[in-house]
Amino acid sequence: MKITLNGAARDLTGPTVQDALAEIGLGAAKVATALNGAFLPAAARPATTLKDGDALEVVAPMQGG
Amino acid sequence: MPVFYGTEVASPLMLGTAQYPSPAIMAEAFRAARAGIATVSLRREGGEGQDFHRLIKELGIPVLPNTAGCHSVREAVTTAQMARELFETPWIKLEVIRDDDTLCPDVIALVEAARLLSEDGFQVFPYCTEDLSVCGRLLDAGCQVLMPWGAPIGSGRGLNNPYGLRSLRAHFPDVPLVVDAGIGLPSHAAQAMELGYDAVLLNTAVAKAGDPVAMARAMALAIEAGQLAHGANPIEARDMAAPSTPLFGMAVLA
Repeated sequence: MKITLNGAARDLTGPTVQDALAEIGLGAAKVATALNGAFLPAAARPATTLKDGDALEVVAPMQGG
Repeated sequence: MPVFYGTEVASPLMLGTAQYPSPAIMAEAFRAARAGIATVSLRREGGEGQDFHRLIKELGIPVLPNTAGCHSVREAVTTAQMARELFETPWIKLEVIRDDDTLCPDVIALVEAARLLSEDGFQVFPYCTEDLSVCGRLLDAGCQVLMPWGAPIGSGRGLNNPYGLRSLRAHFPDVPLVVDAGIGLPSHAAQAMELGYDAVLLNTAVAKAGDPVAMARAMALAIEAGQLAHGANPIEARDMAAPSTPLFGMAVLA
């Protein structure tokens, strides 16, 4: 399906968020996710199915003040 | 040492992790500062996040994730939720920005976000102004610590409103207070501690100094000096001189 991943258009197989993360090489990474602007807990990723037009944000720890 | 939400931290110096010349210099600056807390953020994973997470864990001190860059309640709440899962802490440095030139907090949205997050079990560290009414509202919303700005983030101007910060300290004698942002020099940090603040949060002043490690140590020493001075009950300033050397017994020579 065609989704927006971290602001960029991507065509991923999915169908779940967990599958999508594995597809982009972040299956085992320490990341947090938000789907269409709402927090998506890690535990909910395997049961959450993506659909065309979804916006997925994948964030990681970064420098901050 | 400051106590935030029941957790005593090892130092009143809270240090940011951004803008250092290298990860190694950042780690060395943290050791030189003996910082009590490290602030961090969340950003889109571009490949560096995993290494950075390891580096932060190696510092061995509590982590305070922020919501830097958020301009709305919704953004800030979602960011906080992601940070809680990623860093496994209920602590959140809550920033909701109104103006990009000054990075002035949107205090109305800040209070609303603080209320929602407190109700959801977060322990909120709000980046706020020194306004008494706003700070009162933040406490009503569930905050048990306040972090008024000294000056705009990254400006290095020091304490723009010492009167307001002193007034806030007097108004909330039992609430942990942190001067967050605007520190440029060790003397600014010392001044905050002399006012009776519990801690100082800074980043740019150390990270962008020519020698971040030396500046980190200088900040730590200044904060310790300011804290000792506050506890030592300083004298009141006065307009006229008061001779320190006794006049009694002075020889008559004129």
